Amino acid sequence: MSSAIPPAPGAPAPRAPAAGAAPAGAAPAGAPVGAGDLLRIAGLKVEFRSMRGVVKALDGVNLSVAPREILGLVGESGCGKSVTGFAVLGLLPRPIARYTDGEIVFRGEDLLGKSEHEMRALRGKVISMVFQDPLASLNPVFTVGEQISRVVRLHRGVSGGPAREMTREALAATGLPPTDEILQSYPHQLSGGMRQRACMAMAISCGSELLIADEPTTALDVTIQAQILKLLLRLREERGVAQVLITHNVGVAAQTCDRVAVMYAGTVVEQGPTARVMKHPYHPYTIALYECLPQGKRAAELHTIPGSVPDLIDPPPGCRYHPRCPRAMDVCTTVKPAPTPVAEGHWVSCHDVARRLAAPVHEVAP
Amino acid sequence: MSVTTPTQTRGLSDWRVRHAASLSEWRHSVRVFARDRLAVIAVVWIAFMVVLAVGAPVIAPYPSQGQGQPDVSIRLQAPSAHHLFGTDELGRDVLSRVVYGSRIALVMPFVTMIGVLLIGIPLGGIAGYFGGLVDEAVMRVTDVFLAFPSLILTMALVAFLGASLRNVGIAIVVTWWPWYTRLVRGMAVSLRQRPFVKVARTMGVADLRIILRHILPHAFGPVIVQMTVDVGTVILAVAAMSFLGLGAKPPTPDWGLMISTGQSYILQQWWIGTFPGLAIFLLVLAFNLVGDGLRDVLDPRMRR
Amino acid sequence: MTVRAYLLRRVLLLVFVLLGISLITFLLARVVPADPAALYAGPQARGPAIAAARRLLHMNQPLYVQYVAYVWDLLHGDWGTSLRTHRSVLSDLVRFAPLSLQLVAGAMILATIVGIALGALTAHLKGGVVDFVLRIFAIGGVSLPSFWLAMMLQIVFFRVLHALPVAGPISVNVQFTDPITHITGMPLVDALVTGNLTAFGDSFLHFILPCLALAAYPTGVMMRMTRSAVLEALGQDYIRMADAMGVPKRVIIYRYALKNSLAPVFTVLGLMFAYSLVGAFFIELIFAWPGLGSYALQSILSLDYPAIMGVTILVASVYVIVNLIVDLVIAWLDPRIVLS
Repeated sequence: MSSAIPPAPGAPAPRAPAAGAAPAGAAPAGAPVGAGDLLRIAGLKVEFRSMRGVVKALDGVNLSVAPREILGLVGESGCGKSVTGFAVLGLLPRPIARYTDGEIVFRGEDLLGKSEHEMRALRGKVISMVFQDPLASLNPVFTVGEQISRVVRLHRGVSGGPAREMTREALAATGLPPTDEILQSYPHQLSGGMRQRACMAMAISCGSELLIADEPTTALDVTIQAQILKLLLRLREERGVAQVLITHNVGVAAQTCDRVAVMYAGTVVEQGPTARVMKHPYHPYTIALYECLPQGKRAAELHTIPGSVPDLIDPPPGCRYHPRCPRAMDVCTTVKPAPTPVAEGHWVSCHDVARRLAAPVHEVAP
Repeated sequence: MSVTTPTQTRGLSDWRVRHAASLSEWRHSVRVFARDRLAVIAVVWIAFMVVLAVGAPVIAPYPSQGQGQPDVSIRLQAPSAHHLFGTDELGRDVLSRVVYGSRIALVMPFVTMIGVLLIGIPLGGIAGYFGGLVDEAVMRVTDVFLAFPSLILTMALVAFLGASLRNVGIAIVVTWWPWYTRLVRGMAVSLRQRPFVKVARTMGVADLRIILRHILPHAFGPVIVQMTVDVGTVILAVAAMSFLGLGAKPPTPDWGLMISTGQSYILQQWWIGTFPGLAIFLLVLAFNLVGDGLRDVLDPRMRR
Repeated sequence: MTVRAYLLRRVLLLVFVLLGISLITFLLARVVPADPAALYAGPQARGPAIAAARRLLHMNQPLYVQYVAYVWDLLHGDWGTSLRTHRSVLSDLVRFAPLSLQLVAGAMILATIVGIALGALTAHLKGGVVDFVLRIFAIGGVSLPSFWLAMMLQIVFFRVLHALPVAGPISVNVQFTDPITHITGMPLVDALVTGNLTAFGDSFLHFILPCLALAAYPTGVMMRMTRSAVLEALGQDYIRMADAMGVPKRVIIYRYALKNSLAPVFTVLGLMFAYSLVGAFFIELIFAWPGLGSYALQSILSLDYPAIMGVTILVASVYVIVNLIVDLVIAWLDPRIVLS
């Protein structure tokens, strides 16, 4: 059982790290992840002020990433997965975004309490992020080599020759030939896949322990996608980089991630080891998501989930999924469901699931 | 006793309902604009100038002097209670002259802008929409016109046409139309690729109608912003021409001309040249501030 | 396309535009007025002189022949004879241009450096007091009539403060005691190069006010343009990436964002150069500098048409060439344009 027990909604978020030290050491891929949180997000709530009102983007997000683990953060557009990623790095625009509750703890340190200056020391050096569109992420008027070298010089305190060596090494680690030709290329001269590798090279060039990848393959062809995903696995194997892979593509998560967390409308509705969540999904939304995937060669009609994503300025009370949920009950309209363990390392936030589990019969299959 | 029929009473509220969306857009735009306090002050100032221009005979303390009648007995007097801005070299009240000058300052840009838009917008729309040879031809012509620094072309044209305010207006129209042609043509080029234009063409809608109803409305925003900026520039250009003696002729109360006369007296009777220049500065500043405010209104990021 | 192809295309365009300039100027002089020959002969001319002018202008020939003759003359250095100075227009232009060049160069250098620096600063300090004050300065500079500003500067610095001179590029007594050797015709440059420090100091004092008066408008424009271009660059994704990599804010603004915004900023620079070329005329008038501006204005007022045409073509051609240089610099700065 993970020591990172997400707090029940309404209870004050614990400010001190939870008791129960995490066992150190890498978790081999595929095994149910134990304790040992590299990153832990507990009860995170984030609001945005907009002209139309307050957008309650994150409504209590709980997730954790162990060292060397790849966590998939899955959900539709607008569910808050990218916001979560930005929140970890403190990249949300300050006057507009407010962290109203919860905590983000990295290696035992509270990130939300850090100053901008302290966060800058972490970004790119300890925690890195890559984004969806690699062409837009790279500065068009500087060469790839210049951009990576600058980051290396910044965080590793070297310059000139050694910086260039480290740049080459980073390029090689992501599968790019560390040649002068690549170093002196401008971003638009490289292909999409190479650009994404270059972004990743920049991200890992200073030995980051955690990489947050926000839809890294969405803008790429399917064949290149596979290569990038393999690269992510390689980065974990060879350099021990833990990752949060944010994607709306369930298949991508299934291929690459040890654990997966499903998000809906600002909260994590189900999380657990990928294989388990895929074979035995419990949350109605997770189940509906899988049903929407076209199944093999049977030309059955495509399922859709009825209804639409809620307006985050005026979200439905209680469980935010209840308007579209076939199993909604009265309590769902008023009380937000707390995460309930359904199996080892597998949590679900659903009243119906909780009710069935509490029923005095043996475990009910969903 | 007349009775309004049901169709008539429904008319107004019907119109309101049909245009509800655009009405609320307008109201939203006004609200966004009103957030920029400097822009609001600028609008008030411009309105004030318009009032001055229209009501000059009533507002100016010495209307006949304002229009040019001299009174040599009181020439070159410093600002005082009787003459707030002093008197000029022919004894005329400078304040009244400045008030009357607002007429020229406001009418000239208005008239020239109309001319520029009438030529520039249709040309740009046609060039951008039809493309090909027409586009190339129009673009090369604008290239050559834009190769001249604006004022040089204006000056040369006035020199060859003869110095007068009317010729300055003509010269400005000839100098400025290419900018708007370029602007509208750019919009037309990007819009003609859009699906809704292609649909309209396949449905056999006449080209002219497409241009008028589908393409030109999109150019509305950028053109308005460009216009407010250009009004200021035109005011400066007209003043510059008059300053050189190429525009208004004495005794016309043109601000530029007044500065020119004031130049000879600059070191002793500083008020003759200072106040007309201040008037120009404040009016141009106001138009620039309004232009900035409008740009913020039209910028989609500011509207969220 | 390759660098060579791009250059070739630009040079061809340049030639085309130069021809176009000559065509328009030609049309202005021959088609617009009622009797071009009478205009060319001058206001004093009578029948025989006008007839001679008509022969000179080939007015019995069709218009395109006249145009070809005109361009032929231009290319061979025959830009006509000034009706006022009775010298060749070309030699007049060469004589009067350097002073204007000094003014324009000074104002443009000042406007570029100060404008870009302050513009980036306002983007950096967006929302603060400094930003507000500087933006008022910028929009004020853009709204001022340059000739009026020149006059106000004269009042403040000469009449009130007695600090700076307001007439001519150099003091009369210095012209006698420490005359400047004529190399380029620009007092500052020539005095510096020949080590004539007295004259340099004196001409510099004479240079300050005119330069400031001319630089106000371009500085304002450059400030505003830089600010908006930098802010736009800051909204791009690669800035977010740089943020995510922990790059400090100062570096993000003054290296990353600024380099990306130099393209639109330099485009405006070309326009500002055009403004300065003609704006210098007014400044010369007010500060009594015998430069191209004075020559042009006197030509206009005395109806010296060959001179007017000469000035028009010169100014337009210089502008076009400078624009080409600016475009090449932009292409060098932003590799996407050429190499894509």
